[in-house]
Amino acid sequence: MIRRFVRDPWAYAFILPSFVFFAVFFLFPVVWGIVMSFRYYTLVGSEWVGFDNYRYIFTDDPLFWRSLRNTAYYAAGVVPLWLGKALLISLLIFPFRKSIQTFFKAAFYLPHVTSAVIISMIWLWIFNPPFGLLNYILGTRDFAWLGNTATAMPALILMQVIMGGGSSIVLISAALGSIPSDYYEAAELDGATPWQQAVRITLPLLKPTLLYLVVMGTISSFQVFTNIYLMTKGGPQFSTVTIVYLIYETAFRIYDFGAASAMAVILFIIIFLFGLAQFKWLGTDVEY
Amino acid sequence: MATSLQLRRRRMLRRVHRVPLRRVLAVIFVSVMACMSIIPLYWMVVTAFQQPTLSVTFPPKWFPSPPTMRNFNALFARSHLFQWTLNSAIVSVTITASLVFTSTLAGYAFAKKQFFGRNVLFWTYVGSMMVPGQVTLIPLYLLMNRLGLRDTYAGIILPAVASPFGVFLMKQYIQTLPSVLIDAARIDGCSEFGVFTRIVLPLARPGMAVLAIFTFVDQWNDFLWPFIITSRATMRTLPVGLALLQEEVPLDFNLLMAGATYAAVPMILVFLFFQRYFLRGITVGAVKG
Repeated sequence: MIRRFVRDPWAYAFILPSFVFFAVFFLFPVVWGIVMSFRYYTLVGSEWVGFDNYRYIFTDDPLFWRSLRNTAYYAAGVVPLWLGKALLISLLIFPFRKSIQTFFKAAFYLPHVTSAVIISMIWLWIFNPPFGLLNYILGTRDFAWLGNTATAMPALILMQVIMGGGSSIVLISAALGSIPSDYYEAAELDGATPWQQAVRITLPLLKPTLLYLVVMGTISSFQVFTNIYLMTKGGPQFSTVTIVYLIYETAFRIYDFGAASAMAVILFIIIFLFGLAQFKWLGTDVEY
Repeated sequence: MATSLQLRRRRMLRRVHRVPLRRVLAVIFVSVMACMSIIPLYWMVVTAFQQPTLSVTFPPKWFPSPPTMRNFNALFARSHLFQWTLNSAIVSVTITASLVFTSTLAGYAFAKKQFFGRNVLFWTYVGSMMVPGQVTLIPLYLLMNRLGLRDTYAGIILPAVASPFGVFLMKQYIQTLPSVLIDAARIDGCSEFGVFTRIVLPLARPGMAVLAIFTFVDQWNDFLWPFIITSRATMRTLPVGLALLQEEVPLDFNLLMAGATYAAVPMILVFLFFQRYFLRGITVGAVKG
């Protein structure tokens, strides 16, 4: 009886090293984190307070709603622009020889191997009001891109869009390569214009890849922290406070671990919903 | 009739001419876009080798004239750059080795073995990829505090040893390997451990290489966790050290860009060497559905 259930006891031995670390440093902290969100929790002690932390962040914390809005603004700016850029470049380089394609893919991927810390440092220098490169190129001397409530967030979005997109280009190119060329030949015979081919053949067949990238891009945009921490610290006037930055401030500046955990749980729910949406949309995959 | 034929021929001729032009325009456009994302990196290197006085002049100098090492010397003199590099290397190498090890073992079990609880366990791993790191951030910090592991290598390394993504990736990869070889080895009297080290490990090497490279780059560049769990200046990793240097001397761009160049160039070289693995690895890593 037992043998039928435990068909291969060795399997557990192989999983054990991974599982021990997974349980201690992931499963246990997740449960603890959720429990913590229902407690008033500081460095000195804690007590059960039910939904008080949630009530606090949604009604009394002046910054939580703001941070949600800022984060949504950031994601709504980054995701379409960055995906549009990746899609456009993939389509443009696709007709070329493999070597040229690889060259461009590598060029666009290059910024991805440097730390967000380094990218942020470089762009602080580029955005610098008197001597930065951007003001020189645009002829807008002394304009403080990051010091202005109206331009700080767009500047962060711009930076992300310019430096990002590399891995999406690789993924979209791979998807383009897997579309059978017969489709285009048939369309050509029927007299379809390149535009019609793009809209009627390419885009529908790229849909699963694009949806995947939208979801992944949104999820990672919702978790933006390093750029904010290095470049604006949430300023000016809280115009760039994002959720994760607020979690950091709440936990490690104010040491209100309970409220910070509640924010993290809300973020988890948001990300979970995006993931669920992707799972639903992609349930029916495209067959060639 | 004749005119329409002439028209069609003219249109065809025009199309023949148009194609190369369109391609030229495409290359120019894509090159400009590529330059936009590479110029910042180039600008970092230029500033790092520039005389400090020349960085604050108009128009900006596109070449260091003449190149100088003084920014790097100043950087080494005022920060623990060597110690940070050592820390980054120790942390990244240890995490990469242990993560690839645990992931390959577990991935093999999920791919080739039948056992009670297999599906529940696998979906726990997959599901955990949806949980943002911020949920575990505070509990992990308190846990490390209690274990007395703040400001230690173990404190930075331990949470990264088990990787659901790594397990998933290795499971997907090992699944594609022929089971016949494993069965044959077992029939020939190979022990369970022998099957793993002699058959699975050599065959899984390309998958492990992809996982190792991505893990190494990720860990070398990681910021939030090492930033939170370390406080002593000598325990910082490179990104954390540089971020705090940025706060110390926010306007000394030559010094900061020297630091950025110093940290970025090794990864850029790794990328150029293993470019093939990188570009292939991206498609392996992104699995739909």
